[in-house]
Amino acid sequence: MDRILFGDNQFFGVNHSSDEKSRAQTIKFQKDEAIVKVLDIAIDEGINTFMCTTHDRMANICDVFRQNEKYRDFQVFPCMPYAHKYANSVTEVGYMGTIKQFVPGNIFSTFAKGGLAYMKKDFSSLAELMIDAELKMFHGIKTPVIWMQNVITDLLLGLGMTEFLLTFYRHVKEKHNAEPGFITMNLPLLLNTLEKAGIENPTICSSINKIGFRMSGGKRVYEEVIAQKRCRLVAMQVLAAGALPPAEALEYVCSLDGVESILFGASSRANIHQTKTLIDNFGMVK
Amino acid sequence: MIRIGIIGLGKMGLSHCAILGGHPEVEVAGVCDTSSLVIDGFKKYSSFPCYSDYKKMIKLANLDGVVIASPTKFHSDMVDFALENNIHVFCEKPFVLNAKDGVRLTELAVSKGLVNQVGYHNRYLGTFEEVKRLLENGILGEVYHFMGESYGPVVLRKKGGTWRSEKNQGGGCLYDYASHTIDLVHFLLGKPVSASGTLLKNIFSEGVEDAVFSSIKLENGLSGQLAVNWSDETHRKMTTQITVLGTEGKIIADATELKIYLKEAISKEGLNKGWNIKYLTDLTENVDFYLRGEEYSSQLDHFIACIKDAGTENKSSFKNATVTDEMITKLLENAKL
Repeated sequence: MDRILFGDNQFFGVNHSSDEKSRAQTIKFQKDEAIVKVLDIAIDEGINTFMCTTHDRMANICDVFRQNEKYRDFQVFPCMPYAHKYANSVTEVGYMGTIKQFVPGNIFSTFAKGGLAYMKKDFSSLAELMIDAELKMFHGIKTPVIWMQNVITDLLLGLGMTEFLLTFYRHVKEKHNAEPGFITMNLPLLLNTLEKAGIENPTICSSINKIGFRMSGGKRVYEEVIAQKRCRLVAMQVLAAGALPPAEALEYVCSLDGVESILFGASSRANIHQTKTLIDNFGMVK
Repeated sequence: MIRIGIIGLGKMGLSHCAILGGHPEVEVAGVCDTSSLVIDGFKKYSSFPCYSDYKKMIKLANLDGVVIASPTKFHSDMVDFALENNIHVFCEKPFVLNAKDGVRLTELAVSKGLVNQVGYHNRYLGTFEEVKRLLENGILGEVYHFMGESYGPVVLRKKGGTWRSEKNQGGGCLYDYASHTIDLVHFLLGKPVSASGTLLKNIFSEGVEDAVFSSIKLENGLSGQLAVNWSDETHRKMTTQITVLGTEGKIIADATELKIYLKEAISKEGLNKGWNIKYLTDLTENVDFYLRGEEYSSQLDHFIACIKDAGTENKSSFKNATVTDEMITKLLENAKL
């Protein structure tokens, strides 16, 4: 993985510190061209990996990537699923309605033998179908790492349904020839759980910042786990949703031996340049 | 370990189950759902004891407490049964469809000394807790008006199929969305007692309202407005905002930030003249297990803390939730005028 990964929250109005900023960003990035323009700036600044949600609008951006030679070496790390899409659907049409809506084809013909009864016995196959459906838009684009979104990772973690974490892990590795990654807000617990399930040195993305924001169980526990280097680690929310000045925030995260990559999002050339330069200058603990 | 059972594994039930599953002091001692699709999944993939009959779970699972996250029309009977079996209860919002049941169940829980809580999670959000603290310190002078607003993208088309779109089952924007806004007004400003000029609007749903607008009055004489719409796709997810206007300034707060305008600086609060902004990042404590917002973990932590220490006063009791149910009835009656 590259040292620096470019994120997509700013494009889709995800802002953890301000609903007002979130609205402003939604307006700014209403057109796909506005997103592509910022990605071009990131590429200019030497960033080569875009980590993004399987948001409906990403399909259009993927078309742009496929059509233009200049993105040939550009990497995308998809994060799935875009959970609000499913959550709103469950509220609106229920579990069965949601499955019918999102699983490709007719659920009863997809599971030709026995339909619903078969599906009930084999949620793992259903999960694999949903993974394939989410990844369709990235066809023909380099996706060396594929992530499970934190709300799903942490839901399965809390429910003790480790089997689905393994299903995702195996399916991404075997069918999509990519490294499976898990985004989480509960790094220590997830790492222990994955190791117990037999996954060595997993790829994990987690909130890591100087003020301990969204580091469940506390910053000290995280620092211990990071130092043990039991996983390939991406640090996210390094600016703690804007609560920390960039230099201070990045100095901290760059000083952690055990953090392989840093994920950040920005909308302007100035911010992208500043963040890239700071991370380059602070270097990496050898 | 505190032994908790969960009734209803829909969206909220799953969320509560995962948070309790990750809670260091809790053992999920039973999960219950009537859907065979859901409960078969739990049987196969989780290690929790599974039930399809909640009464059986309550009788057999040796529970300390239960989380009830079934459709609203079932709450009253389920809460009643749990309390009669001396089990502490966390019930999803809205509490009950008939406020009279709310009064009765409140009395029953109190008489038995059982913890009783309803899932109004805004009471556990760092930004709203800070608004409450600032208002109690009187930073706005005399408060003369408020606006409670909630918007989100739940029903965006003409169709539907779950209990949330059915009348008399606790469906509709008023029960599902506005209940949060009413509870937040109650938490921050005082008990709401009456409504006037209530408009219930059908936008896409047929049986239930998709938006609620009303003027409401509180027991302390303060009045303000309510504007709630679950068919608003300009919001990515549910957004709740409260605006409070006073003679010395104004507060606008949502789940992520708090904007305070003051006519004069208040040095002991570290607040400047003019605009001051406070962010959730500075106002929130870490939780042990995070799923989807600190407030969802915090409200369950609070439930567990109340079970462990009988002396703790619950921040979102049946009594408080019954006020919201009564207010919903008043809004429905007022809308008919």
